[in-house]
Amino acid sequence: MKVNGSVASLEVEPWVSLLDALRERLGVTGPKKGCDQGACGACTVLADGVRINSCLALAIQYDGREITTIEGVAHPLKEAFIRHDGFQCGYCTSGQICSAIGMLAEHAAGMPSAVADSGALSEAEVRERMSGNLCRCGAYNGIVDAIMEVSG
Amino acid sequence: MRPFAYIKAADVESAVQAAAEPGTKFLGGGTNLVDLMREGVERPDTLVDVTGLPYDTVEELPGGGLRIGALVRNSTLAADRRVRTRYPVLSQALLSGASGQLRNMATVGGNLLQRTCCPYFYDTASACNKREPGSGCDALEGFNRGCAILGVSEHCIATHPSDMCVALAALDAVVEVRGVGGTRRVPLADLHRLPGDTPQVETTLEAGDLITAVELPPVPAAARSRYRKVRDRASYAFALVSVAAALEVRDGTVTDVRLALGGVAPKPWRAREAERILLGGLADEAAFRRAAEAELAAAAVRQGNAFKTTLAVSTIVATLRELNEEAAR
Repeated sequence: MKVNGSVASLEVEPWVSLLDALRERLGVTGPKKGCDQGACGACTVLADGVRINSCLALAIQYDGREITTIEGVAHPLKEAFIRHDGFQCGYCTSGQICSAIGMLAEHAAGMPSAVADSGALSEAEVRERMSGNLCRCGAYNGIVDAIMEVSG
Repeated sequence: MRPFAYIKAADVESAVQAAAEPGTKFLGGGTNLVDLMREGVERPDTLVDVTGLPYDTVEELPGGGLRIGALVRNSTLAADRRVRTRYPVLSQALLSGASGQLRNMATVGGNLLQRTCCPYFYDTASACNKREPGSGCDALEGFNRGCAILGVSEHCIATHPSDMCVALAALDAVVEVRGVGGTRRVPLADLHRLPGDTPQVETTLEAGDLITAVELPPVPAAARSRYRKVRDRASYAFALVSVAAALEVRDGTVTDVRLALGGVAPKPWRAREAERILLGGLADEAAFRRAAEAELAAAAVRQGNAFKTTLAVSTIVATLRELNEEAAR
């Protein structure tokens, strides 16, 4: 795999998730293990630019792919999260930011959501499109503000 | 996770051959299977990864239908311009399911075989006839708020959880299956089985059968169609009740109607009785209610899910009313 721009060669058993391969084998600990069931989004990474839950991805299926984690992200969202107080404990933040980057790319590509078909990104739509990322501190207002600022 | 062998399928023949062996499962997006394996509910010895097979495109069919490869991702299908124009109910159903990340991973073929979200199925400490035949069903007298009310048996009241399948049921989709004996076509209505006394047997597929495509026939009425999903929170939750509906009205009379329900049955539930009552009759609220109540007349409720009968009726009526109002504009 190519992880954050560097080629990473590793041998893993088929049952090792992409999340565990990144964290335990490569020491890339930005993606967090929350629920380990695809429900919380803390493990979100970009695979060839597309956001996925790395906990449900088997590493072996991502052979040759380009994986981007929070460590490989240089994006105005990082600053915006700080400015808008978009985190408290910070555990979900790396997944939130990776997910938001993937989400903004999906919206820019004209992909619809359950809230709206096209057009400018509304706050309601940000909430819908980001609903796969949970924040137990409830920092949603700051997260939405940060995303709105960067998207606008 | 329990160790297993992994095979990356090079072609469909070898995939089908390998999967015909006991203890073998196909791996697509993994969003449901990997989760169930981690919980110890699924315990395959071998996974055959089919994601490298060439079934990842949406193609036009002669006559105006669409052929959807089984490996098309849910997000890709939801965004497909042809689906959004000709079958909006399908795009809406896909977009109402799971989250952005999961839709980017999940495949159409995998979604057809998504297993129930019944909490007792997921909890290996509970009795579940679907997970362990003959062990009983803790849902019958337990927390059954999410459970089914139509097509159930005394052995199982689990729901089929897929939103996509409810839309496909309304659209008369046909599933293309490649098995050891060759390729065959199975109407979606015949793919999923009701639980009866064998709730562990969920489909009519046989060992080695690989779903390769889903075909949508042309359904002109589907240009005006809708998926309406009712759940405990605004997003990212399974349906309590969902309705997939397409309605064609001329001069106040229903000339075509397709209606399917989710969240209420162990399979995507085509509401044939309601359709029969509606077709050829007046398109008004009284008729919508009469049809919905007739469809739900067979409901077998439990303490926790009795509310689903009235919720299903009102959701059907509301969805048809909206489509009818749009038609009148």
